[in-house]
Amino acid sequence: MDAVVLQALNGLDKGGAYALIALGLTLIFGTLGVVNFAHGALFMLGAFCAVTMQKLLTLSQKVEDTSVTFFKAYKEVPYLEIWFGDTGAALIDFAVPLAIVLTIPVMLVVGLVMERGLIQYFYKRSHAEQILVTFGLAIVIQEIIKSAFGANPIPTPAPEAVAGSADIGAWLGVGQGLIYPYWRLIYLAFSLAIIAAVFAFLRFTTFGMVVRAGMQDRETVGLLGIDVQRRFTIVFGIAAVVAGLAGMMYTPILPPDYHMGMDFLVLSFVVVVVGGMGSLEGAVLAGFLLGILQSFASMNEVKAIIPGIDQIIVYLVAVVVLQVRPRGLFGRRGVMEG
Amino acid sequence: MTIFDRTVNRRRLLQGGAAVTAGLAAPNLLIRGAWAEEFRNNPGNAKSVKFGFNVPQTGAYADEGADELRAYQLAVKHLNGEGDGGMMNTLKPSSLKGNGVLGKKVEYVTGDTQTKSDAARASAKRMIEKDGVIMFSGGSSSGVAVAVQSLAQEMGVVFMCGLTHSNDTTGKDRKRYGFRHFFNAYMSGAALGPVLKEEMGTDRKAYHLTADYTWGWTQEESIKNTTEGLGWQTVKAVRTPLGAGDFSQYITPVLNSGADVLILNHYGKDMVNSLTQAVQFGLRDKQVNGKNFEIVVPLYSRLMAQGAGENVNGILGTTNWHWSLSDEGSQAFVKSFGQEYGFPPSQAAHTCYVQALLYANACEMAGTFYPPEVIKALEGFEFDGMGNGPTLYRAEDHQCFKKVLVVRGNDKPTNQFDLLKVVKEVPREAVTYDHTTLRRRARPLQGLSRPRRVPGRAVRSFGPAAPAGVRRTH
Repeated sequence: MDAVVLQALNGLDKGGAYALIALGLTLIFGTLGVVNFAHGALFMLGAFCAVTMQKLLTLSQKVEDTSVTFFKAYKEVPYLEIWFGDTGAALIDFAVPLAIVLTIPVMLVVGLVMERGLIQYFYKRSHAEQILVTFGLAIVIQEIIKSAFGANPIPTPAPEAVAGSADIGAWLGVGQGLIYPYWRLIYLAFSLAIIAAVFAFLRFTTFGMVVRAGMQDRETVGLLGIDVQRRFTIVFGIAAVVAGLAGMMYTPILPPDYHMGMDFLVLSFVVVVVGGMGSLEGAVLAGFLLGILQSFASMNEVKAIIPGIDQIIVYLVAVVVLQVRPRGLFGRRGVMEG
Repeated sequence: MTIFDRTVNRRRLLQGGAAVTAGLAAPNLLIRGAWAEEFRNNPGNAKSVKFGFNVPQTGAYADEGADELRAYQLAVKHLNGEGDGGMMNTLKPSSLKGNGVLGKKVEYVTGDTQTKSDAARASAKRMIEKDGVIMFSGGSSSGVAVAVQSLAQEMGVVFMCGLTHSNDTTGKDRKRYGFRHFFNAYMSGAALGPVLKEEMGTDRKAYHLTADYTWGWTQEESIKNTTEGLGWQTVKAVRTPLGAGDFSQYITPVLNSGADVLILNHYGKDMVNSLTQAVQFGLRDKQVNGKNFEIVVPLYSRLMAQGAGENVNGILGTTNWHWSLSDEGSQAFVKSFGQEYGFPPSQAAHTCYVQALLYANACEMAGTFYPPEVIKALEGFEFDGMGNGPTLYRAEDHQCFKKVLVVRGNDKPTNQFDLLKVVKEVPREAVTYDHTTLRRRARPLQGLSRPRRVPGRAVRSFGPAAPAGVRRTH
C-alpha cells in the first residue's frame, strides 16, 4: 500500500514537470503555430537561473587556504557571509527559492528575444523547418551554458529547512515507511499553482480572452483591429517563464547540467501529442497521467510481469491513444491537419 | 582473348605455380630483418615523436576529460625535461632521461571522444593516420576503451587506457595493444568486501541499482559476488537506463523492499543524481531490520563527489588513487600539478599521467619505438613510486596490479578539496586474481568463485598478428 502511494506521489511530481513544459509547448503551438524544440533548453535555462542566483549570492573573496600544504591554494569566502554573518548564510541557503526574482525577468526577456529575433521569421515555413531551427537553437543555448558553467552537474540544494523528507505516514496515521522528500511535495504544489495561474490568466483577463480568441480564429480577431501578433509574442514570453520556473524549482531534485532540457523535451512532446495538439487541458492531464504511469511501470511487481516496461510505457501509451483517438485525448479538429 | 582460349597443360601449370611460390617467398627470406624496424608511424630520424591524447572534451565527462588533458600536458612537459619532473623523479626503476623519449622531443595532438565509441574511434583513426602518432591514450568510459582498443590492435599502435573500470577491458575484450593502469570492478569488490564486513556485518540485505551497460553489469556482478561471499542477501538488482536523470521511481521501491543497503553501480552524472535523490528520500536516516540503512558507491571519483555535494558524506566506495596520499610519488605529482593548475589532480588525471610516463619509460627500456618491443618491455614490468606502491603490469592481460583505496565521503573536510577520506589502503595481494577468471562475458551472471581455466587460449585470443619471435610472456 505504501509503495503504491509513494509511486503515485512520485508520478504526480514528475507529471508536474511534464505538464509545465507541455503547457508552454501547447501555448506556443496554439498561438504561433510553431513547434518549439528549444523548449527543453528554456527549462534548462530556468534551472541555470537558480545556479546563477546561487553563484551571485556566493560571490566570494579569495582567501589563501593554509590547510593545503602541497601548493598555494585559495578558498572562497562569500561576501554575504563576511558582511552579514548568519543572515548572509541564511540568504545563501535560500538561493533556489530566491532565484524566482531572477528567473521571471530573465526568462521573459529570453522568450521575447527568441520570438522576435528568430522564430518570427519561420511562421510561414513548414513544421520541419521550424523543428530544425529551434533544435539548432537548443544546441546553441546548451553549448553557451556549457562553456559558462562546465559539463558537470552543479549541486543546488534546497533550503536546509525543507531538505529532508516528510513523514507522511505519521501525518496520516498510517504508520512508518511512508516518507517523501519535502521539496518534491513543494514542487507538486508549485506546479499546480503555476498551472492554475496560467489557466486563470487566460480565462479571467481581457488579454487572455483575446489570446484564446486568437487561437480559435486569428484572422477574425485581427480584422477586429487587435494586434494579435504582439499578444502572441507576449504569450511566447509567458511560455518561456513557465518552462523556466519549472526548471528552476527542479534543481534541488536534479542537479542541473547543460543537457537536462533534452531529457525532458522528447517526453514533453509525447505528452502534448497524447493530450491533443493545441489543447491546454489535454497537455496538463496527459502530463500527470504519463508521469504516474511511468512511476507505476517502474515498480518491481510490474516489471516482473513485463520486463523493461518502465522504459517504454510512455511511448506505448502514446501508440494506444493515437490508435483510439488519433487527435489525442483532447485534440480538436483541424489542428495540424490538412 | 587468346589467353583464355589457350589450353593450359599440366607442365605449364606446375612451372607457373613454382615461379609464383618462389616469388612470394623471396622477400620474406631476404628482408625479414629489415621488417623489424618498419612499423606504423616510425619516427625514424625525426627530431620529435608524437603522442595522441584522445579524451572527452564535450559531453557528460568533459570535465573529467579536461583534467586528463591537463595531466597529459604535464607529463609531456616532464618528459621533455621542463618543470620539476613530478613522478619522473620517483619512478623506480626508471630509464627516463628527461630529454624526451629516446632523445626525441615529445609533441602531442588531442582529440575528442565525446564519450561515444564511434566518435572516439574516428578521432583515434585520424590521430594515427593523419597526425602519425606513435601511441595514443585517454578516455573516460569503458565502452570507449573497448572500442578504441580494438582499433589499436588493427592499426598496430599501442593504446594506453585512461579511466576505464569494466572488467571486460582487460578481461574478455583485452587486446595485445591495449594496456590498463586503472583498477577494475573486480578489484573494487575485493577491496570493499572486508571493509563492508567490518562496518556493516555479515547479515545484510542489498539492493542494487545498476547502469545498464558493460561496466555496470561487471561491477554489479563483482560486488554481488563479494557481498554474497560475506553472507549478505541480494534482494534485487535493478538495471537503470544510462542517463535516466530522475531516479526517483527506481528509489521508491527500495524503501519498502526490506533491503538495508543500497548499492549504486552508477558513475558520472548518473551517480550524482541517484545518490542525491536517494539521500533526499531519507534513506540515510532510515532504520531497517534494526540496522542503519547504508548506501555504497563502489566506484568513487572526487569530481563526482563535487557534483553530489554534501550527499557523499559518510558513504563508502573505492578509488584508484587520491591526492591526499602521503607517499613520495603522490606528493611529487600533487605538488607539480597543483603548482601548474591551482588544484589537486583527480584519479583520472593521475592514471593518465602515469600511463604516459610508463609508455615513455618502456620505449627507453626497449631502446626502440617498435611496438612489439615496447609491449614486451611493458609486460611484466614491476615498478614503484607512482602513487600506488609496488605495481605490476601483468603480462597475461595487461592489467596493473597495485593497492586499491577504500574511501569514504568526508563529513569533516579540512579544505575544499578534501572530499574523500582514505579508510583503507588494500594491499595488492588482496585484489589480485587469476588472469583467466575474468575472461568470460559479463552476462549471464555466474559466480566468480570457480575460475575456468583454459590453458593456452588466453594467448591465442589475445589478438591476431603477433610478429614472429615475440614472446608473449616473461
